[in-house]
This record gives sequence, structure tokens and C-alpha cells, in this order.
Amino acid sequence: MSAMIRLATDKLTAMYGKFTAVKSATLEFGANQVHALIGPSGCGKSTFLRALNRMHEMSEGGWITGRVLLDGTDIYARGVNPMQLRRRVGMVFQRPTPFPTMSVFDNVSAGLRVNGRPGKAEIREVVERALRRAALWEEVKDRLNTSALALSGGQQQRLCIARTIAPEPEVILLDEPTSALDPQATQRIEELVFELKQDFTIVIVTHNMQQAARVSDTTTFFYLGQVIEHGATRQMFTAPKHDQTEAYITGRFG
Amino acid sequence: MSDVATESAPPVALEGRNWGDLAFRGVLTAGALAVPLLMGFLVWELWVGSRMAVEEFGFGFVTDSVWDPVTGQFGAVPLIFGTLVSSFLALLIAVPLSLGVAIFLTEFAPPRIRQPIAFVIELLAAIPSVVYGLWGIFVLIPFLRATIFPFLRGLFGFLPFFQGPIYGPSMLSAAVILAIMVMPYIMSVSREVLLAVPPSQREAALALGATRWEAVISAVVPYARSGIIGAVILGLGRALGETMAVTMVIGNRHEIAASLFAPGYTMAAVIANEFTEAATDIHFSALTLVALVLFVVTVLVNAGARFLIWRVSKGRPAGGRGL
Amino acid sequence: MNRRVLRHWMSNVMVVVMALSVLLAVLPLLWILGTLVLKGASSLNGAFFTQMPAPAGETGGGVAHAIVGTLMIVGQACLFGLPIGIAAGIYCAEYAGTRLAKGARFLADVMNGTPSIVVGVFAWTWIVAKQQHFSGFAGSAALAMLMVPMVMRTTEELITLVPHSLREAALALGYSRWRTSLSVVLRTALPGIVTGVLLAVARIAGETAPLLFTALGSQFMSTNLNQPMAALPLVVFTYATGPYEDWHRLAWATALVLIVVVFLLSVAARLATRQRFDRQG
Repeated sequence: MSAMIRLATDKLTAMYGKFTAVKSATLEFGANQVHALIGPSGCGKSTFLRALNRMHEMSEGGWITGRVLLDGTDIYARGVNPMQLRRRVGMVFQRPTPFPTMSVFDNVSAGLRVNGRPGKAEIREVVERALRRAALWEEVKDRLNTSALALSGGQQQRLCIARTIAPEPEVILLDEPTSALDPQATQRIEELVFELKQDFTIVIVTHNMQQAARVSDTTTFFYLGQVIEHGATRQMFTAPKHDQTEAYITGRFG
Repeated sequence: MSDVATESAPPVALEGRNWGDLAFRGVLTAGALAVPLLMGFLVWELWVGSRMAVEEFGFGFVTDSVWDPVTGQFGAVPLIFGTLVSSFLALLIAVPLSLGVAIFLTEFAPPRIRQPIAFVIELLAAIPSVVYGLWGIFVLIPFLRATIFPFLRGLFGFLPFFQGPIYGPSMLSAAVILAIMVMPYIMSVSREVLLAVPPSQREAALALGATRWEAVISAVVPYARSGIIGAVILGLGRALGETMAVTMVIGNRHEIAASLFAPGYTMAAVIANEFTEAATDIHFSALTLVALVLFVVTVLVNAGARFLIWRVSKGRPAGGRGL
Repeated sequence: MNRRVLRHWMSNVMVVVMALSVLLAVLPLLWILGTLVLKGASSLNGAFFTQMPAPAGETGGGVAHAIVGTLMIVGQACLFGLPIGIAAGIYCAEYAGTRLAKGARFLADVMNGTPSIVVGVFAWTWIVAKQQHFSGFAGSAALAMLMVPMVMRTTEELITLVPHSLREAALALGYSRWRTSLSVVLRTALPGIVTGVLLAVARIAGETAPLLFTALGSQFMSTNLNQPMAALPLVVFTYATGPYEDWHRLAWATALVLIVVVFLLSVAARLATRQRFDRQG
């Protein structure tokens, strides 16, 4: 029995100008699972992540060869509008980035209006649901119209998560979402990720191996742009197949 | 390999064109294009408008001194003379003052009064030129005529600059008012430049036993030298183009005189005064040529200034002299 | 030993000299403002703001025509100058590496350094000479041309200050580039842009030279931009250099009004930016 594959890459090579950051990665990510990408700094995991929602090409000199398949369709095919793609594949960044001129409510609903204008009642419903799923509703329900900047760092990051899940994407990409947060906030977000996988497919880049071991179903180990190993998390962490994987996991480098 | 997904709502199609973005970029590009187009158009119109005068006078325009609309003779030497003299005199007065203020504010003033004083002096830059002129006519000139000018004539009357009758409207009056007007610019740019000097420069001098004044004058100022020169040249650029205040206090006479108490004329002032009264095509063309010359001169001066200021901000010091 | 005492004494003297130069520098400002208030405030009555000028030589009357004229000319200048300046500024910030952006930036700096009388000559040859008559519209064209590079540079600087991460967050949500630029970037930079606009308006409202032979000035009330039109700075110039005592009195009052307007706009501009910092702090 194979799990349904939501996202897959086929010989994906990502470059900045002449520099190759990711070399020919061919991977599959099953639906409704959490997939961790680990590796030392500069190994290409963030670049790979950003290629999954076509953010990589927004960087200076960024381009790719190969394919990325969302439910079987190549997202880099001609005629694909990256905007539309990003409505189905959302991203949360390392530093919380709430929109400074908008309230909490407007931040969460920011992604809803890009696809036509839902009615006010519907927006309110969606916002509340997103905030509940992001475990933020209780803390902000009385100040939905205040500035988003008044929230703490951990709250702001959960706000960004709420903002990302409100438009119901299929995949959520998380780029080191807890590295700017304190341990308590980190734990809350990890719990969140674990719950969210019921409705979303999640790919998370993390430099914290314990985090990868805690939250993910599969793990991919990157090193110098290459995929060294990819498989079930439990297996990777207890019996890694490659020496390099074992060396990184046991902390001998990186 | 993969099952067909059954979803509650059909996923957003991936295909689609981005007309909004194309239109947006188009609008922005049009706005950006307006800038070179307008500039080019300005140069073109000035060039075309001045051609008659160029053909008629050629190089004589900048070597003849007679400016007579009635007989159709237009020589711009008094204008050029007046522009240069009034501007350089203004700098002579303004630069020491501006530098003194800038150095004081960056090196010696207690921190709390720095911002308010800088703000007050920058308010001077916000006063419209015509208001300076009004004040110049009714307040400054009578004051100068009654006190400073006779004092200068008494003390320095042996020099040709301070001889001759004192009317009031004069080259020196224009220089004083120009000095007040350019001072805020020289001061604020010098201040920025001085603030960019690494503190290590001053500290090194102080560590070697210099007094605070010596540290400033031998370590900080030389480091910022090209930026300060840039600030001065920026002030020059502004002085060259000042129109209203100058035309209201300089006397508007096409004359070259050695005395600073004598009236004079500048390129900007003559355009302001004579343009509405010009009756012949050649007169218009001569004035347009003056505008063109003024334009070219100010562009070159400003470019030179910005280059020098840019050099300091890039971290290339003029070279300290040490103690 | 003696030498050292001398050097320290010299240092203190120089500090005093420089402090004095500050006083000398601040003096003209106080003197001008003081004179304006002294000579102009007493003329600021209802008649001043609502009436037309009296016949030449007679006392009384006001500058209502110039107030309306300035509002119309500056308003028309903003109508052209603001959209072009802001659009050009956004372009230079968003597409910073292109040749057009670099060229526009350079030429805007050139334009900013151009004497305003030269811009007036340009507007004259472009519009007045071709139409064979003076007009408030030509004056507003000259002012717009002064305004564009000012607004463009401040807009560009402020948009560049918006963190790249905000743009990325919007794009990652599926925003198009134009929506990102407008709803997120421009909105974040707005207080600063408003400041730049207010400062530019303050500058052009006080300009006289470009209006001398475009709008020309007028003794009559008019809302027709296609004719010569009065403006506050022109009134100051004409009345200050005119022969009548009463004209001089009106010139002082008008100058006072002009300076108050310019200062208020500058202060309002600074308040706009300060508010933004307070909100984020």
C-alpha cells in the first residue's frame, strides 16, 4: 500500500547564475505527512524548498532544470502562473513577517481575497477557523482589530501560519519556522505542525535534528547540494544507510 | 503510482496569464520614462530657442560686455561676472560659518541641543527665495547701508573693492543674502560627512595628546575633506541658480565694477527681470541662451559636488595628515 | 609647559568661536521671522483673506485672488507631478537594476539641481510661446516639473527601505507583483511617501521664478487655468518691488502667510513619519 504522493521532484537542479545549489534531486513527498529536510548550512535545503513554490526564481539569478510535480502536474510547465501555484503551496518563513499596516484579522484574511472576494461572513468564519487551527484564537479573539505588531514573536509566527492556512493550500512549506523563537514558542509550533498534517502536506526545513526527529514522518538529508539519504524518519535516525548521514545526525559535523 | 485525489473543492488551476502585472509594469515604466523625456525636452527647447543668439553672436556672447535690447546687442560678460562674484563672495562668508556650525554640532555641542539647532538651521532652507528678497530690500539693505558698508569703507577703503558710492542694492548685499541662503545646505551636508568619519580617527589623535580642537582640525576634518569640498560646491551650485532674492537686492545693472558697493547683475536675475518685457525675437533668444549657459554650469557644478560627496560616503578618505 | 597651556587655551577659544557662529547662523532666521510677524501680522484681517486688491495707490484690499490662484496652480501641478513622480519612484525601486532606473535616477538628481528659473524658461517655450498667451496651466507645468524629481527620489528611497521579507511573504500567499507592490509595499512605505509629498508641495508653493513668465500673475480673481493667474509668491514679488506703501504692507502680510503655510506643511510632513515609528516601536 503506497501513500498518495502529493509533491514530487524529478531531477530538480536549482542554480544561482552559474552556481549549483541543488544537484538533481529526485524525491517524493506523501500527502498528509510531515517531511523534514535537514543538513548543514549551505547544503541547499532552503533553496530546494523555495523551488517547490517557485520562490527560488524570485531570487537574484535563480533558475532551475528538472521538474516539480504537484499532484502529477509540472509546476514549471509553460503556461503555469506562479501566482496560482502559490495559492496551492503556501510558505512560512524563518522570521515572522506579519504585514505591519494590517490588523490581526486583516493579516489572516490577506490571502483570501486573491481568488475573488468571498462575503464578509465567510471571511470571518475562515479567519476564526484558521486562528483556531493555529492555536492562536484564544489569545487574539478580543483584539482582532489591533495591529499585528503588538503580538509576541511566537504569536506572530502562529499568525503567519494562520495566514498561510486560511486559503486552504494543499502543501505548506516551512523554512526553519522556529529558529527565531524561544523554546516554549518552538514547542507550540511543533505541536501545531503535528496536528496540521491531518489536513495539509507539510515540508519543513530545519537545522535542529531533534525537531526533525520529533515532528516528521520522512526525512531527507542534504549535503553540498546533493540528496544523500531520504526515508522514514525513524529509520534514518536509528539506522542511517550512509556514513555521512550518521556523522551529521550524531553531531560530528555541521 | 498515485491515486486520484478526491477533494472537497477542485484545486485552483495552475494555468493563467498575468495581465495585471504587465499593465502595472507598463504604467510604472511610463512614469519612469517621463523623467528622461522631460529632461531631454528641456535641453532641446533651450537649445533651439538659443540658436538665433548663437548664430548672431557666436563666441562674442561670452566676451562682449554690452547688453542693449534696443540696438540688439547682447553681451553676457557682466552677467557671468556678477554670477561668479556674488556666488564666490557668498561662499567666502558662508563656508566658515557653516563649517563652524557643523563642527560644533558634531564634535562639541551637548547631544540634547544638536537636533533642535540642526532643525532650526534647516528651517532657513525652507524659507522661499522671494521672502528673503522682501526682507533683503526693506531690512537687510538699509541695515547694511547704515552700518556694515560704511564700516567696511572706513576700514578697507584703500582697496578698490570698498570704494565708490553706497547705494544699497549691490553685489555685496546679494552676496550676504546668498550666504544666508546657502548656509543651511553646506552645513547639513558637512554635518553628514563629519558624522561619517570613524570615531577612531578622533580618538587616535586625542590619545596622542591633542586638544579637542586639534583633534578635530588635524584628524577629523582632513578625513572628510573631499566631502566638505563637495558640500561647498553644492552650496555654490545653489548660489549660482538663486533668482528672486538676488534680483531683489543686487540692483540689476549690466555693469562690471570693482566696487562691491556697486550694483550688478546675474544670469538668473536677468532672465527674471527681462523675460516678460522682451519684445524682439533676438532678445528672447539671448535670454534663452543665458538660461542654457546657466543650466550647463549648474549641472556640471552639482555633478562635481555629488561625486566628491559620494567618494567620502564610499569610505575613501581624503587622507589624514596626522599630528 | 607654557606651550601646552597655550594650546588648551586655543582649543577653548575655538569652541567659543564656533558656538558664536551657531548664534550668528541662527540670527537671520529669527530676524526674518521677527520682521515678518512685526510688519505683517497686523495686516492679517478678514479683508486680507477675502478681498481682491484695491485699485493701485489706494489702501485696503486683500489677496484672495492669489490664495485661490496658488491653490489652483499647486493643485494642478500635483495632479500631474504626483502620479508621475510616484510611479517613477516605484519603478526605480522595484526594477532597480535596469538601465531606465539608473538613467532616471541620475536625471532626477540633475533636475533637482536645475535652477527653477530655467524650468520656467522651458515651460515658457513649451507652452506659452506655442499658445501665444500666459496661463496658470503653464505655471503648473513648470511646478510639476520641479515636483517630479523630488517626489520620485523620496518615494524610491522609502520603498527600498521596506524589508524584502515582507514582499516575499505576500508573494508566497499568491499575491501578484502589482498587488504586492501596492497593498503591501506601498502601504508600508506610505507615511514616508506622504512626508515626501508634503515637503515637495511646500517647496513648490513658495516658488516664484517659474511663475514669472508662465502664470504671469494677475490683479483679478480667476479660476481659469487657461489665463494668467495670481499666486502668493508673485504677489510678494510684485508688491515688494512696486512703488506704493500699501503694496509693501500687503507684501509683508502675504510673505507671512506664505511662510506659515510652508512651515506648517514641513511640520506636518515630519509628524507623518514620526507616527510610523511610534506605531512600530
